[in-house]
Amino acid sequence: MDIVLNISSGLCLFIGSFLCVSGGIGILRFPDFYTRMHAVGVTGTLGAGMILIGLMLRSTDLLVFAKLVMILLLTLLISPTTSHVLAKAALHNGLMPKLSQNMLEQSKSKETASSKY
Amino acid sequence: MIDIVLLTLLLVVAIAIIRMKDLFAVVMLSGIYGLLSASFFVAMDAVDVAFTEAAVGAGISTLLMLVVITMTGRNENTTRHKPFPALVLVVITGSLLIYGTLDMPYFGSADAPVHSHVAPRYINDSMQEIGIPNIVTSILASYRAFDTFGELVVIFTAGIGVLALLSSVRRPIDGDKIVCINYSMHEQHLVVRIVTKMLIPFILLFALYVQFHGDFGPGGGFQAGVIFAAAIILYAMLFGLSTARIVINQPFIQLIAATGVLLYGSVGLVSLLNGGNFFDYNFLSNDPLSGQHLGILLIELGVGCTVASVMIIIFFNFADYRERQQSHENEQNQESS
Repeated sequence: MDIVLNISSGLCLFIGSFLCVSGGIGILRFPDFYTRMHAVGVTGTLGAGMILIGLMLRSTDLLVFAKLVMILLLTLLISPTTSHVLAKAALHNGLMPKLSQNMLEQSKSKETASSKY
Repeated sequence: MIDIVLLTLLLVVAIAIIRMKDLFAVVMLSGIYGLLSASFFVAMDAVDVAFTEAAVGAGISTLLMLVVITMTGRNENTTRHKPFPALVLVVITGSLLIYGTLDMPYFGSADAPVHSHVAPRYINDSMQEIGIPNIVTSILASYRAFDTFGELVVIFTAGIGVLALLSSVRRPIDGDKIVCINYSMHEQHLVVRIVTKMLIPFILLFALYVQFHGDFGPGGGFQAGVIFAAAIILYAMLFGLSTARIVINQPFIQLIAATGVLLYGSVGLVSLLNGGNFFDYNFLSNDPLSGQHLGILLIELGVGCTVASVMIIIFFNFADYRERQQSHENEQNQESS
């Protein structure tokens, strides 16, 4: 049982750190604000969640485990909301997503429909 | 290893703050600087300080700086002249200071006067004399209560300064207008509003937990006050300043700010009246240990009240001033057009 817990927690921690690093690479390599925001929002949330699950599998005390569960729930709730708020603020301030030229009219109609939320 | 990485990142962020001209990016970088400092403090095992730095430096002060930027403009003015005499003066003064530190003992050495004078007494005798597990709180609230009183009065003075400079007589807005504002924004910010409504009770509860848990773990009045104020500021940002003013109205908050300082000072006076020194908690009750517990509880409560209300006062007044500026500009634009 011990070795199963060790291996699975190590796997979760490794996957979590790999996801966070790939989110960082995404920020550097993606061309546009919105694609970068998407990269960080998805990989950051899942990476932090996997690291927390890996730590949960290692914890020995019930209090530590409960605190990690709380932190996981709050991260899953807050992190996608902050990505949403950031992208919405950018759209509200007029930063247009970078699209190819012949999709420009489609993007205009899409923008007026999606600015309700 | 982690210290070197964190310090290098701090240095890089500091150089970026100096060189950038866009003030919005500078404010964000200073928030990152606060978070890196908090991580550095955790790496040095100073968890209380890290908590306060994360709450204040990475949270509230970034927010207040953003509010200031809405008033001053986003770009830094370019300077025309290069002040070489100032650079020479700074280099000379800096090298004299570094030369002065060569005489000091090594950082963290056990026989430095700082670590051999009062620190052993605090570490050895804190549990018998005061009886709470967290030595940081016992030093802050009992051994050095007078210094903490000074810090609290400084925070209160900052709140009074902001009130003196930025507040004015408000005309009461009737209830219909507030309902209209609330309803018109309802569709636009649906996701954030729902998530915030779920989270604000937990943030307030966490602030209370930090306030009363300062005896046993990292926490205390300052951090709790900042977290409480952050929850109220979040509500004000999403639901409008006028709605937030109905929830927390200004005279009540000013009263709470003054009451915190008064409570702190009164604890000292009551110990004087009971026969001890100023802020000597042994005389607050029959038993010295329970007197210490009571004294620490009361002064932390005073600190929490004042810090929370001063942060709320500062934010509300800055935001209100900005709203008035914007409504004046709108009126002027309408008159001229």
